[in-house]
Amino acid sequence: MEHNENKFLVGVYDDEDVVLSAVTKVRNGGVRIHEVYTPFPIHGLDEVLGYKRSRLPRAAFMFGITGTSLALLMQIWMLGFDWPIIIGGKNFVTFPDFIPVTFELTVLLAALGMVATFLIVSNLYPGKRPLLFDSRCTDDKFIMAVDLTKNSLTQDEITAILRTSGAIEVNTKIVEVEA
Amino acid sequence: MSHVVSPVREPLVLGGKTYADVTEDICRQVEGKPTKLWGIAFLCSLVLLGIGLYGAYRTFWYGIGEWGLNKTVGWAWDITNFVWWVGIGHAGTLISAILLLFRQKWRTSINRAAEAMTIFAVLCAGTFILLHMGRTWVGYWALPLPNTYGPLWVNFNSPLVWDVFAISTYLTVSLVFWYIGLIPDLGTIRDRARSKVSRVAYGILSFGWDGSAKTWQRYEAVSLILAGLSTPLVLSVHTIVSFDFATSVIPGWHTTIFPPYFVAGAIFSGFAMVLTLMLVTREVFDLKEYITIQHIELMNKIIILTGSIVGVAYITEFFIAWYSGVQYEGYAFLNRMAGPYWWAYWSMMTCNVISPQLLWIKKIRTSVVATFILSIVVNIGMWFERFVIIVTSLHRDYLPSSWVMFSPTIIDVTDYLLTFGIFFTLFFLFAKFLPVINMAEVKAVLKGSSQKVAEQKRTSASQPAEYQTRPAFNKDVE
Repeated sequence: MEHNENKFLVGVYDDEDVVLSAVTKVRNGGVRIHEVYTPFPIHGLDEVLGYKRSRLPRAAFMFGITGTSLALLMQIWMLGFDWPIIIGGKNFVTFPDFIPVTFELTVLLAALGMVATFLIVSNLYPGKRPLLFDSRCTDDKFIMAVDLTKNSLTQDEITAILRTSGAIEVNTKIVEVEA
Repeated sequence: MSHVVSPVREPLVLGGKTYADVTEDICRQVEGKPTKLWGIAFLCSLVLLGIGLYGAYRTFWYGIGEWGLNKTVGWAWDITNFVWWVGIGHAGTLISAILLLFRQKWRTSINRAAEAMTIFAVLCAGTFILLHMGRTWVGYWALPLPNTYGPLWVNFNSPLVWDVFAISTYLTVSLVFWYIGLIPDLGTIRDRARSKVSRVAYGILSFGWDGSAKTWQRYEAVSLILAGLSTPLVLSVHTIVSFDFATSVIPGWHTTIFPPYFVAGAIFSGFAMVLTLMLVTREVFDLKEYITIQHIELMNKIIILTGSIVGVAYITEFFIAWYSGVQYEGYAFLNRMAGPYWWAYWSMMTCNVISPQLLWIKKIRTSVVATFILSIVVNIGMWFERFVIIVTSLHRDYLPSSWVMFSPTIIDVTDYLLTFGIFFTLFFLFAKFLPVINMAEVKAVLKGSSQKVAEQKRTSASQPAEYQTRPAFNKDVE
């Protein structure tokens, strides 16, 4: 895999509402934003950046359904077919009695499956080295990164747009990215 | 975007904090050297753990004959302690899941520690499950595993098997929920770390968190779904614990009221334990501006509510014991109140039903000292509740010739101390090495709910338009 050295412009903001309105201003100015990094979730930021809604809830639902089916199949097969035991002359497949375990396994698989999906799609794993444009983005600053190679505007033009949108600093950073 | 908050709302974070202040205040005790006070407290919990491990050794080596159990009372302190700890382990998920669904923002500064406490309490409960099996090394027989006898599977009609699934699912999901919430804060600590050891350690633990908008969007989706899953889960766990009793035919246990009654009791005792720990934590780590009197008051209100539900449940049980006309049931309840264990029953009544009613008085529920004392009283009361339910229902069998009393042995006591040792050792480790308050979540509510903003809004309350355009926050606005 080849590596390119891309130059990024890094706009630093210090207020959540400013960065939220800045995203729209910068995008309207014709700049393509690489990503925005914030110390906490800002509601509506994904919308102004034009991100689609996450499909993780759907993944959770599918995992949950899998859990429900597996749990029911397991119990019905074990007590109903594989080794039926007479317990007080009751039915072998006692559906109401199977509900608690079915519920627990539904929740377990939905939760674990969704979290695993989240970690995989977000590429988060123990020991990963994050690409931080500015290490203050986990403290108190809101960082907007713009990839110069993917924008037709010049560095000065983009800097001016970032400044007028409310950035308190505009820095540059060279980042190695996969070609 | 932070929501517009009415100026009449009390601020959640006091003292005009900025985002950087939040990071600084919470990271301080993670980054600093352990204090002497912490060292002493940690040492004490290790001593408890040591004493407890001796008890556990005796229990494993000689069997549960080391306990005060007898032919009639086959369950006593083991299950009392198990239910007590599981109950305590309900508050964390309630705070982090149910209060999240209800958009209760005040939960942000207490959810991290409460969830940690939940996990540790459930571990303690699990310890008693393993201990009371007697032959713990074959504890895996409780799982539906293929075996050489047939395969003969576990009995899925048994509430004890449901319990295995409920408790282990609850522990796993709570742990995952807690850890996902920790990742952004671990990233914050990683980026501030000065020593190489902590940079590497928190670097590994933080999973390469970078706080990008896309990840936050997914993170929020995950949090919401986990909250949605945990809410019925937390209600199911104590429901299933109560089934252990309710599906039996022992007078005093065989009642349909048990599930809601146990869940209310669990929240009641869990909140009490959260208060006990948080009042100490806010004092020792100087977090009074984050865990405010308002937090204490709100939690006390939940304690009044759940305590009153528990009280109504006690009275309903009595009424039904008489109204059902079942002699055995009626006797079991009369025996509880006026029999040889009357002192346990009345301790329970005093601690759980009568004393929490003091919290109706505003002066008491906003007092740190009174709340601290009452929270311990509630936990004592809830221990007695489980003792009363378990031992008084068992000790007078159907045959008067097998009527006995139960008295605990020293090993019963040390096994109980073992769980305190586990609980406090883990809690002190957590309090030292992990952020006790969820920094990211507190920062997210800061702009809408800090004292600084509230004051600015009050001064500009005559101009309604000002509600919409809030002042720039990180700059010093005079």
